[in-house]
Amino acid sequence: MDQIFVNLKDWLVALFPAGRQQELVSALISVAALIGTFAGLFALTTVLERKGLGRIQNRYGPNRVGPYGILQPMADGLKALTKEDVVPRSADQVVHFLAPLVLVAPVFLALAVVPMGRNMAAVDFDAGILFFFAVGAATELSVFMAGWSSRNKYSLLGAMRAIAQMISYEVPLILSSLAVIMIAGSLSAVTIVEKQAGYSGLIPHWFVLTPWGFAGFILFMIAAAAESNRSPFDLPEGESEIIAGYYIEYSGFKFALFFLGEYIGLFAASGLAITLFLGGWNAPFPFLTWIPSYVWFFGKLLALIAVFIWVRGTLPRLRMDQLMNFAWKFMLPMALINLLTAGVWHFTPPGLARWIICALLVFGPYVALGRTLFESKKLAKRTYSYAE
Amino acid sequence: MLGEGIIKGMGETARNFFGSYVKEDRLTTVQYPEERLPQKEAARNFPFLVYDGKDWDKGLRCVACQICEKECPPQCIYIVKDATKKPDHIGKMQFQAKVFDIDISVCMSCQICVEVCPFEAIKMDVEYELSTGDRFGQLLLHKDQLAKSNDYYRKIHPTEAAEVDARMGAEKAKAEAKAKPAAATSATPSKP
Ligand code: SF4
Ligand code: SF4
Repeated sequence: MDQIFVNLKDWLVALFPAGRQQELVSALISVAALIGTFAGLFALTTVLERKGLGRIQNRYGPNRVGPYGILQPMADGLKALTKEDVVPRSADQVVHFLAPLVLVAPVFLALAVVPMGRNMAAVDFDAGILFFFAVGAATELSVFMAGWSSRNKYSLLGAMRAIAQMISYEVPLILSSLAVIMIAGSLSAVTIVEKQAGYSGLIPHWFVLTPWGFAGFILFMIAAAAESNRSPFDLPEGESEIIAGYYIEYSGFKFALFFLGEYIGLFAASGLAITLFLGGWNAPFPFLTWIPSYVWFFGKLLALIAVFIWVRGTLPRLRMDQLMNFAWKFMLPMALINLLTAGVWHFTPPGLARWIICALLVFGPYVALGRTLFESKKLAKRTYSYAE
Repeated sequence: MLGEGIIKGMGETARNFFGSYVKEDRLTTVQYPEERLPQKEAARNFPFLVYDGKDWDKGLRCVACQICEKECPPQCIYIVKDATKKPDHIGKMQFQAKVFDIDISVCMSCQICVEVCPFEAIKMDVEYELSTGDRFGQLLLHKDQLAKSNDYYRKIHPTEAAEVDARMGAEKAKAEAKAKPAAATSATPSKP
């Protein structure tokens, strides 16, 4: 059961003559599977998100199309396809057209290095994590292309915000995953997952269950939310301020592509979080290893997406200065401290003492930093002298 | 501590999320086409013409005095007088409208036509499912579409209708009381 998809692919590939042709077929199958699975997951997520947000606000959410509204994405897709594709006359036609493609292509590329089950990474690079961040940075380009080429001030404002935000949060994102890379001693996603296999008693060797891993996981999730423009970091498209931000001039299927790219980016970031911190496709308990590895991966993925939706339903949007202060005055120092803690963890002998020392090393600065930030009114509630 | 508020907020939304599955009355949504909220008595949107009795054309209270047409701020009422007359509720001969149109795409639901009508002939309706595929033809309501019975009026605005009925009943009683001695002396029938 565990290897059913891998065997299926091997069987299909074996139908072709060996050599270059087989390599090509193998790659094509992987790409098709990846796009198919994640496009389906995207459709499912949009409807689940809307239903979940509805429930959080004590509403039903979509419930008209199909049983319990589960076919809503089809209706949405049809609508997106049949809508008129408006391109502003003064827009830079080529760049305007390319921007959604430039967003969608790299996020799928990033997904390719995430192992989704035993032997189920589309490509196993030695430098997989590096590749992930490298192509992930291309989304910034696309966002700016969209904002700049639309020739609309809201677009441009949104793009500026997006660039500022994405670059700021790229730093803690990479720093927090650096701790894992240090401990695992590898940049390959597959190796990192293998390092987290195995159990001590009932407890799996996941990095999230160590002090530095836990802190890293939280930092990573916050930074990932900011990277994929998820609420509460959805300033680039803040509806109440700049309407739809950088994709204000997009309609019809190009808009749907932006939407898709954003969600696939979220899946990719969640997939990486699972790989780095949550043990990849490993089962949480040794007696559950009979369940296929891809079930665990996608289960964890759905759980992380649920958390993202939950956060979206809870937190209000940040203000620009709060966003920047949070990135540079809290996330960055915490990520650096976390890196240090990971070093300490590596060089102290295993045992309870190591655990306590590292927990203190992370928790102490967290409390201290939080307190200072509140006292210096950088994150605290702003008091208005005139506008009360 | 930093993050406390976030945890509290997440707890609150989680409570809402699960609560909405457990307790039905948390959900305030009305599933519109199947479920409807009861109509409020004070609701109003577009005017309609009241008629008494069974036959709408004969029973229309409107006497085509055209006051409403003149007063309507966006000028969405169009009336053509008919040459023939018919008796009103107190038996007086009155004109009637040959054409009575209201363009509800123009009407702003101000109720001024209702306020100025001296014959209690035009009242506000509560019908709100008026969507149509033709925004020019279908939204120009003619006399036959506008005519609705007094029973309907009593149903949608009970209090107001009761007042109107009482007033008209009193007028009628007064007219009859006046007509009786006149009829006794002159012995001519006041009604054709
Ligand atoms: S409600 Fe106002 S706008 Fe509408 S018909 Fe009457 S007077 Fe005119
Ligand atoms: S509805 Fe009333 S005001 Fe308007 S023409 Fe008829 S009687 Fe006169």
